[in-house]
Amino acid sequence: MWAYLVRRALLSGLAIFGVLVIVFFLSHIIPGDPVAAILGPQAPHDLIEDIRRRWGLDRPVHEQFVRFVGRLVRGDLGTSIATHRPVVQDLREFFPATIELATAAILVGVAAGLSVGITSAVAHGRWIDHVVRFFSLIGLSMPVFWLGLILLFIFYSRLGILPGPGQLDIFLSRPPAVTGLITIDALIARDFSALRNALSHMILPAVVLGSHALVGIARITRASMLEVLGQDYIKVARAKGLAERTVILRHALKNAFLPIITVIGIYYGGLLEGAVLTETVFGWPGVGRYATSAILSQDFAAIMGATLLIALVFSLANLAVDLAYGILNPKIRYE
Amino acid sequence: MWRSFRNPLTLAGILIIGALVGIALVAPLIAPADPTRTNLEIRFDPPTRAHPFGTDQLGRDILSRVIYGTRVSLRIAILAAVIATTIGAPLGIISGYFRGRVDDFLMRLTDMFMAFPRLILAMAIAAALRPSLENVIIAISIAAWPAYARLARSVTLALREETFVEAARALGAGSPRILTRHVLPGVLSPMVIQISLDMGGIILTAAGLGFIGVGAQPPTPEWGVMIAEGRNYITQQWWVSTFPGIAIALVVFGFNLLGDGIRDLLDPRLRGRGR
Repeated sequence: MWAYLVRRALLSGLAIFGVLVIVFFLSHIIPGDPVAAILGPQAPHDLIEDIRRRWGLDRPVHEQFVRFVGRLVRGDLGTSIATHRPVVQDLREFFPATIELATAAILVGVAAGLSVGITSAVAHGRWIDHVVRFFSLIGLSMPVFWLGLILLFIFYSRLGILPGPGQLDIFLSRPPAVTGLITIDALIARDFSALRNALSHMILPAVVLGSHALVGIARITRASMLEVLGQDYIKVARAKGLAERTVILRHALKNAFLPIITVIGIYYGGLLEGAVLTETVFGWPGVGRYATSAILSQDFAAIMGATLLIALVFSLANLAVDLAYGILNPKIRYE
Repeated sequence: MWRSFRNPLTLAGILIIGALVGIALVAPLIAPADPTRTNLEIRFDPPTRAHPFGTDQLGRDILSRVIYGTRVSLRIAILAAVIATTIGAPLGIISGYFRGRVDDFLMRLTDMFMAFPRLILAMAIAAALRPSLENVIIAISIAAWPAYARLARSVTLALREETFVEAARALGAGSPRILTRHVLPGVLSPMVIQISLDMGGIILTAAGLGFIGVGAQPPTPEWGVMIAEGRNYITQQWWVSTFPGIAIALVVFGFNLLGDGIRDLLDPRLRGRGR
């Protein structure tokens, strides 16, 4: 088990180093000159040269990479050209918002996905099962950014029952940052109007971001439950006269859980992908939006930092899935 | 074999994708207007008989843009799938057949690519190459090939132990002949299944890139770009973003149904599973 863990972690580390190489060289074949782009067309030539020298952009690419890795080891991701602040500091500020949103989204996905999946497995072959399957196919087909816009239009502009983009109404002040998670900070500050407001701001983006996870979890739950419900021990449980509720939740769900756990883990990693689009639509100050604006403004250090963070979280989620799988299913042997 | 096509969902998929291909082929004949012609006098016309989907911020006819958008989406999806499999399949087959160092190297390489969520990698590549339609295709292919290489490898690993491959080897067939005559045909059908299941995802990724601004560029009538253009007007002029979004959802829906159908057809063991 330990040998496997170490090997698996080493492979993840190798993969992330590869990620660094890929992104670093990619961001250096960008044809535009970022310094000229930031300073504007009127900037004097020697000023541009001076800044390029100060940021080391005039050095050969491989030399820049070595320096980059050296700094990385010391926890320095460089300075963002756009925000003029250390990238590490930027990420520390933007990451909590993404964590908060992704967690809310996975909660929506798990709660709704499990109930929908169990319901349609129990109603197997009846109309409700068909309706659920049809809508889950539709749900998987919608672009998340479009779904976000449409829901904003309906619930914010037309019905006015949910707030618009952002984490908090503008007239409310942000609770003092302790954890960086706005809901937790509001709780700590006992600022309940901010807490309520922040939660209501979270509903739409969490539903949008969680929608694909919801469908995926519902599908796997249904398939897995159907398989388990056909087993003999379920018939025995029913024959013993146990309540149907107990049979389904205690006996069936417990055994159907292994594939479900795997899918939940995979979707949590995949949420980062959806987060880029969802955060853009909802003006959510997270890593996804940070990455997008970094890419659009050719901000090397920020692109590297954000991509590295995303790849890291993604790999950790995958690692956690593999390990959870092994713990939950003793039948699996690690080589 | 024809039983699969009697499945109403698969039939719906075939009809949707058939319509998509048909519309893309005859787009100039059926589009009521030039998709890029602007006319500021009729900007933001709501849907009417003259403009069934309304007009956008530059007075362009949205129906015509959606119609021409079929060409863009199809082109991206087909080319990206072809390029990704042309890179992935041969590498995967070679890796699975010869094993050893080549295999180790290739698997570590795919690990690196797969440590990214696909959209993030495509985003970084598309931005690095400078946003354009061609670069979206390249970016998606680069992000997608490792999955195909993995698939081809795992199928090859199983095939190389089969007795018919062994027999061919015993008869003195060289590796190139075994790979092309005996292994490749076996790899093709799982590949086709995977591609058909991925088509919808490729279209969604391309639309996402267009929406963020690193994909196709205006005035290309690409659906993701169109949604982004209508984004700021969603509260009043809802039709600008709505119709391209419906087009994407419909096409992806069609590809998903078709993909499930093709999987059932080519791989009966999986029938009914995972839905």
